[in-house]
Amino acid sequence: MAATPSSKYMTEGEAGLGIVLLVGALVCALASARAVDTPFSVHMAVFALAAVAGIGALLKRYEGRPAEAPPQEIDGKPNYNLGPIKVAAVAAMGWGIAGFLVGCIIAFQLWAPSLNLGLEYTTFGRLRPLHTSAVIFAFGGNVLIGTSLYVVQRTCRTRLAGDLAPWFVVLGYNLFIVIAGTGYLMGVTQSKEYAEPEWYADLWLTIVWVAYLLVFLATLWKRKEPHIFVANWFYLGFIVTIAMLHIVNNLALPVTVFGSKSYPIFAGVQDALIQWWYGHNAVGFFLTAGFLAIMYYFVPKRAERPIYSYRLSIIHFWALIFMYIWAGPHHLHYTALPDWAQTLGMTFSIMLWMPSWGGMINGLMTLSGAWDKLRTDPILRFMVVSLAFYGMATFEGPMMSIKAVNSLSHYTDWTIGHVHSGALGWVAYISFGALYCLVPWLWNRREVYSLKLVEWHFWVSTLGIVLYISSMWVAGIMQGLMWRAYNSLGFLEYSFVETVEAMQPYYLVRALGGVLFLIGGLIMAYNLAMTIAGKTAADSEPRPAGGTLPGPAGLAPAE
Amino acid sequence: MTYESAAAFAQTSGLLYFVGIFVAVAVYAFWPRNRARFDAAAHLPLIED
Repeated sequence: MAATPSSKYMTEGEAGLGIVLLVGALVCALASARAVDTPFSVHMAVFALAAVAGIGALLKRYEGRPAEAPPQEIDGKPNYNLGPIKVAAVAAMGWGIAGFLVGCIIAFQLWAPSLNLGLEYTTFGRLRPLHTSAVIFAFGGNVLIGTSLYVVQRTCRTRLAGDLAPWFVVLGYNLFIVIAGTGYLMGVTQSKEYAEPEWYADLWLTIVWVAYLLVFLATLWKRKEPHIFVANWFYLGFIVTIAMLHIVNNLALPVTVFGSKSYPIFAGVQDALIQWWYGHNAVGFFLTAGFLAIMYYFVPKRAERPIYSYRLSIIHFWALIFMYIWAGPHHLHYTALPDWAQTLGMTFSIMLWMPSWGGMINGLMTLSGAWDKLRTDPILRFMVVSLAFYGMATFEGPMMSIKAVNSLSHYTDWTIGHVHSGALGWVAYISFGALYCLVPWLWNRREVYSLKLVEWHFWVSTLGIVLYISSMWVAGIMQGLMWRAYNSLGFLEYSFVETVEAMQPYYLVRALGGVLFLIGGLIMAYNLAMTIAGKTAADSEPRPAGGTLPGPAGLAPAE
Repeated sequence: MTYESAAAFAQTSGLLYFVGIFVAVAVYAFWPRNRARFDAAAHLPLIED
């Protein structure tokens, strides 16, 4: 168009999204008014308000922006789009604290059930999915979205594709989190573990996720770097597979389009298999592939060393994604699932040990020539310890998938211990490491506010993890052994409530471990807030050009 | 189609499929001409702009 440079027009995207939001607000307001149950009415009102807020944000943005679209490059360097990533980073930290806190509350509830306060909103059954979704999808999801949008730009050396789309992805995803979380508190659930949100929230997430996939693919498409870096393969595997899993496992028919309740289209053992095909691949592709992408970018970056073996990373990627997808049936040992399917799940779970450890070794060996940094750089230490926990959890998991072991471990708190050695040790630690790197980069700071506080965070939360997983191992194995103990007459040795009573002290130790982990998270949130505010603590001396930190004051030079 | 014939087909084709993919990936990863490209890619995170 031959417009004068000074005149400003709405882009097609801005006008189109504005109209879609307006229609959406009206439809949701109508649905809220006609709702047959209160939670649905509340949620439709939230959607309507979010759409109105979206229109407001669009107009405000239009008012404040220059007439021309932001340049793709400035002085020959890519003009990276960091705004949405900043929001994701802050959201990750906030949701992380909330998720850890709710985890502590339900841990104390297991120790003293009266702590559920006798209110329906604070019962274990409602807070438990709130905890799991907050830490996995809200904390982990925002870390994954934020880091993926950062890494894909840097390694493709191009600005993120889309103008409004990245904002839609980040804000839309967090709206899904709000809908899911408030739904659990109000009792809205389809009772599928890690897939609790009901049909309307699932539809919304599908829209957001497809937008995420398109932003990611379009950025890859316009890359300046000819090679697609391995981290982007892992992110892409994560995004594509989560889309497939989410859609298939959430195929459901709502009772009415004005109500929250729906029924899945699968029934019985088919439903169970679909659910655990989904559930284990949420572990494999959300909690593993996505965070391995973080490993392949952030560990080399922080260690200032190239990836140990890029060839191994290629084999790692293809082996991991082709094997993980078959491991789900190990969640259904000794059930109505056909025996051969159980054995198939077990076999693939055991084979997964190879790509898992291949990847772990590749990450650890990236420190070749830089091992000394472990002593001086607590941020790198977070990432390396996360890889150690990854190795532990991916050894323990295949072992627990063996039917004979599973007959002891299944339904016990050993599983909870295993999950948390993976979730706290691997997922959270690699995320902490990534956020400690990412926040100074995004806000253009030299380093985090205080490395000493990072040290505190590291040791406090590591102690918390040790308390958590060791108490759950002891409690879980004891529980399994008590369940299968028979007396000389062939009767069960213990009643169920006796096994619960025996676990009470371990529940307290676990809850205290969780509190330490939460305290570590609060230290981190303070540290990152001060970093964003541009403060520098006295203890954070500038890093010399070599990248190593000055040693502790009392340390005598070794050479 | 009996259970046995379906299982035999699934197991055989599954074996060939997975071994085939693994061999293809390994050949790609270890192909000598790709070495320089992969060595450069290993340094990708370290490039500043």
